[in-house]
Amino acid sequence: NSPHGKHHAAYVNNLNGLIEGTDLENESLESIIKKAAADSGKAGLFNNAAQVWNHTFYWHCMKPGGGGKPHGKVAELIDRDLGGYDQFVKDFKAAGGGQFGSGWAWLVYKGGKLHITKTPNAETPVTDIDATPILTMDVWEHAYYLDYQNSRPNYMGAFLDNLVNWDFANQNLADAGA
Amino acid sequence: VCRIHRRDKMLRKSILPTLSRVGAAVSRASVSGSRAKSSFTLPSLPYDAGALEPVVMSEIMTIHHTKHHNAYVTNLNAALDKYADAEAKGDMATMIALQSAIKFNGGGHVNHSIFWTNLCAPKDSGSVSGELAAKIEAKWGSVDDFKTTFNGTAAAIQGSGWAWLALNTKDKTLSIQTRANQDPLSFGGDGLIPLLGIDVWEHAYYLQYKNARPDYLKEVWKVVNWKNVEERFNEAK
Repeated sequence: NSPHGKHHAAYVNNLNGLIEGTDLENESLESIIKKAAADSGKAGLFNNAAQVWNHTFYWHCMKPGGGGKPHGKVAELIDRDLGGYDQFVKDFKAAGGGQFGSGWAWLVYKGGKLHITKTPNAETPVTDIDATPILTMDVWEHAYYLDYQNSRPNYMGAFLDNLVNWDFANQNLADAGA
Repeated sequence: VCRIHRRDKMLRKSILPTLSRVGAAVSRASVSGSRAKSSFTLPSLPYDAGALEPVVMSEIMTIHHTKHHNAYVTNLNAALDKYADAEAKGDMATMIALQSAIKFNGGGHVNHSIFWTNLCAPKDSGSVSGELAAKIEAKWGSVDDFKTTFNGTAAAIQGSGWAWLALNTKDKTLSIQTRANQDPLSFGGDGLIPLLGIDVWEHAYYLQYKNARPDYLKEVWKVVNWKNVEERFNEAK
């Protein structure tokens, strides 16, 4: 069981423990996240639920032999909305590097356009009713420390060059009606 | 539940006496001349990188000190230089935009500078004594109960941050505090002085303890330099 998987498993276990026997027990994960986000007394529930969602999404954002230039709809929209692939890489890395502490870099589809955003800790665009997450990159230190230690930039480069699953991004765009 | 405090004050160099700096006060920008470059420097570890083994492995100490702390110093100096240039031009937008980098890197430099002195080889750890021990026992029942409470609080910090044993200089009370990311404990604003900090950023323990932050917290007390913690208490009280 990989170290990163242990984090995900812990979030799942914690979440299950928190919703058992409550009225949230049979709700969807997205619904639990949104309800917890709206209630400042439910920070523990939010953190675990959101991190379950974020990590599941993150696994789908990667594939062996992935990375490099995008194809299909996401490539088109990166050109149209984000100034092309090279600019996207710069800005996505800036988002990941500029997230001081723990968090995530995101590609989201909102208002008919692609945007690059970043969130701290467990926060997620799932809570934004107008945004559809397209891709994410985990920049919590546990995501890269064993392989890259302090060098978050090297990890981000490897993620973009070798791992990004553009098929998943295109699937998310299609689901959003892009 | 941890309370996360956010402070967006500019760090003042003059109230950070513990930070090592080369040279005297930095000269202010003049109408025609340029100011001297910011010169915060990385302090040395007061021991070899391997001195805290087996509690904290030497590879962690080396990377933590020469990469992470060093980057805070480098980036702090760079941000301060940019700030000074912006200030000389009256470029308020840039001055404001730089403040999060100054807070983050300045806080990182302050926090880690304290942290290295709070730690020592296991054989030098000793135990808390004197007035500080009495205050800890009065507040938490026993030193062990204090550690248990401290560890529970530190383990529960979401994401990156620090847990502190703090002295309130106004009412002389001790408390356990948490701060997110590299937010510093305080610079006198609310009277809190840091006595002992434990870094719970993943970089502080991940290579050795992986995701088991509670295991790191259980072990780290073996390398707490109680002499240093008491010195800080005696100086601040």
